[in-house]
Amino acid sequence: MDQFLDISLFNSTIRMVTPILLAALGGALCARVGFFNVALEGMILTGAFTAIVGNHFFGNVWLAVLFAAGCVTLFSWLLAFISLHLKANEIIVGISFNFLAAGLTTFTLRALFDVKGAYYDKNMTGLPTWNIPEVQDIPVLGGIISGHSPLVYLAFLLAAVMQYYLFKTKSGFRLLASGENPVAAQSLGIKVRRIQYGAILASGLLCGLAGAQLSLGQVTMFSEGMTGGRGFIALVATMLGQNNPLGVVASSLLFGFMDAISIRLQGFSLPTHFTLMLPFVVTLIAMFFFKDKSYLQHSNKINGRS
Amino acid sequence: MLLEMEKMTKKYGALTANHEVDFNLRKGEIHALVGENGAGKTTLMRILYGMEQPTSGVIKVDGKERQFGTPADAIQSGIGMVHQHFMLFPSFSIAENIVIGREPGTAGRFDRKEAAQVVRELSQQYGMPVDPLMKIGDCSLGVQQRVEILKVLYQGADIIVLDEPTGVLTPLEVKELLAAIKGLAAKGKSFILITHKLHEIMDVADRITVLRDGKVTGVLNTADTNAEELSRLMVGRELAEFKKQPSVPGDIVLDVDQVTLQAGKGKPLLDQISLQVRAGEIVGVAGISGNGQSELIQAITGLARIDKGKVRLAGQDVTESSVREIRNRGLAHIPEDRYMWGAAGEASVFENGLMGYQRKHQRFGFIQGKRSRKMVADFIRTFGVKTSSQETKARYLSGGNLQKLIVARELGHGTPFVIAAEPTRGVDIGAMETIHGELLRRREERGGILLISSELSEILKLSDRIVVMYDGRITGELRTEEATEEKISLLMAGGDIHAQS
Repeated sequence: MDQFLDISLFNSTIRMVTPILLAALGGALCARVGFFNVALEGMILTGAFTAIVGNHFFGNVWLAVLFAAGCVTLFSWLLAFISLHLKANEIIVGISFNFLAAGLTTFTLRALFDVKGAYYDKNMTGLPTWNIPEVQDIPVLGGIISGHSPLVYLAFLLAAVMQYYLFKTKSGFRLLASGENPVAAQSLGIKVRRIQYGAILASGLLCGLAGAQLSLGQVTMFSEGMTGGRGFIALVATMLGQNNPLGVVASSLLFGFMDAISIRLQGFSLPTHFTLMLPFVVTLIAMFFFKDKSYLQHSNKINGRS
Repeated sequence: MLLEMEKMTKKYGALTANHEVDFNLRKGEIHALVGENGAGKTTLMRILYGMEQPTSGVIKVDGKERQFGTPADAIQSGIGMVHQHFMLFPSFSIAENIVIGREPGTAGRFDRKEAAQVVRELSQQYGMPVDPLMKIGDCSLGVQQRVEILKVLYQGADIIVLDEPTGVLTPLEVKELLAAIKGLAAKGKSFILITHKLHEIMDVADRITVLRDGKVTGVLNTADTNAEELSRLMVGRELAEFKKQPSVPGDIVLDVDQVTLQAGKGKPLLDQISLQVRAGEIVGVAGISGNGQSELIQAITGLARIDKGKVRLAGQDVTESSVREIRNRGLAHIPEDRYMWGAAGEASVFENGLMGYQRKHQRFGFIQGKRSRKMVADFIRTFGVKTSSQETKARYLSGGNLQKLIVARELGHGTPFVIAAEPTRGVDIGAMETIHGELLRRREERGGILLISSELSEILKLSDRIVVMYDGRITGELRTEEATEEKISLLMAGGDIHAQS
């Protein structure tokens, strides 16, 4: 058991959780304005790809992260435009965006780098890891918390910022209002449409960062479909966390932990395909246990959007 | 004059919603705006609130000409609006609902403590008690209405438009609301009150403006007029006097015998209810809504399974029967919530009219279109349903017209027994007249009707016998001749009339 549950497992949990957490925060923001963002998966994938592209062309990992965030924000603007402005069904648009992202990244991968399946350049540097001077010397905890990429710390910081923003500021209050009853919010002169756009664009930005962490933080490469359903897990984490940033942190940690365990189990000579199932099995079980009223109410609210 | 609207005209293409309408309001006045559905009241108020732009006309506030491009402009000029469908946020607290848009706090931070304090002071100042920390979703409709009024007061409104404010309230809540409006008017606030309920207007309004077909047909002082004159001005003709023949009750068509309905472990929702309806009579069920009437309807129609007791329809036990079987045995049902139970908003008028007839009007599994269309056309004609075509979506019909369609459909079955639940809730007096007339006609044709209504005047007007429900029980039964509003009100509150005398 010592081998199984050691510090590095928790350390990798923190690392694994980051893309899910970032995307789930974006999903939560969208859900709070009444937009059910199914396109998280595609947006992370786009982020992961554009981060590698940025790194390749700029040769600077920070510019690459910015480039990814910018590209996905642009991508999410298209999503917002089609669903809000042209009033297309957000689920259908979201699903088609996931396929679009899968196709577009594969195509561009071949067009730009002339490779199939994956792109790897050994000269390319990924995100640095930060060893926090004081913290890393704390026994156990230091080993878990310290030594991650800056995006990991940013993710947790953003969760706290979002919690404060939503529940303590006027602007956050109005955002919640626009999701709760858009007609009423509009009648009070709140610019609901603008807020919805803002939330979707912010989710694009967050997904861009999530993708960058995936392709530059955890490994330094891009492979087709490398998100492997993380966007959908993030969607579940959003619901499970009841769209509260701190709740989303908790549910994302659960899924990140399962991700880490599934990789660890492969080392115990369990079949890979079986261990890869684990996060999804837990997702199903979690949905089963957390089907309480407030969660259902919220999903109704989303469906009942005008 | 605090507010003057001069020669307001609003055209939608060929349709004129308002034609040179003049309207004015004095400070501290309660001014009622009445008219049937589609008379142009709502259009006029939407113009005043900046939600619509007039084709021509001038709005003056305090003698100064104003133009309202958006509701925000109207609010700026001290005009507040309480919409018919509340504009509230169910999961937010009362305080949050009131201060939204003008939240207290510094540097972008929302100070919720301050908000609660402000709301507490506001509610004391205007004598409208609310608990600022309570969630709106947990509040009664009466309290929600109060919150809406406090919200416009918080926004600094001097002119408050109330659109059908009493439609969803219980009689007690209506009384409280009207008292609150009078109190606020005494403090210098001015009200524009849109309503169908003439007795409320006679109760609180100082002046009345009547609209018909987009034109003003009268501006009257309440003291110089009466309900008859008002309804004549609204409808444009005399309303038919109902000559109710004394009832000659025949056989029992509905027999509800000791019915008990238990939900969970708490108190029963229906506690040993027994009542009978005979052929050729209307039995009214009075009571404040939420005292078991809805459950009684569900128990009779088979929508809910009862725990104890029997329901017999025309002598046959239908306690265990399905809704379809019960309907086939001879029950028609005008449901209390027309949007939830009575109609499919996205379906067409034709489809809504056909509902319940689809099995009769079929051949080889296909609907007989021609025959069905003729039937629905008959419904539309005989009940005067205003719709552009049978293909119009039901949700585009006004409440009164949709209700007429539902009543036509249900009475069209020609069943010996009809449940009419809140048959005229929120409909204008023209539609009400039609519906009441048709219910009485069914009674003449020896049908039995169970009328469930929270409108006492409706119960007293139509019923032959009245039973009163309180807290899931029947607290009394009266013959209409001996029934008075006082007696029924007492029973509705759970009192006992016999203990009094």
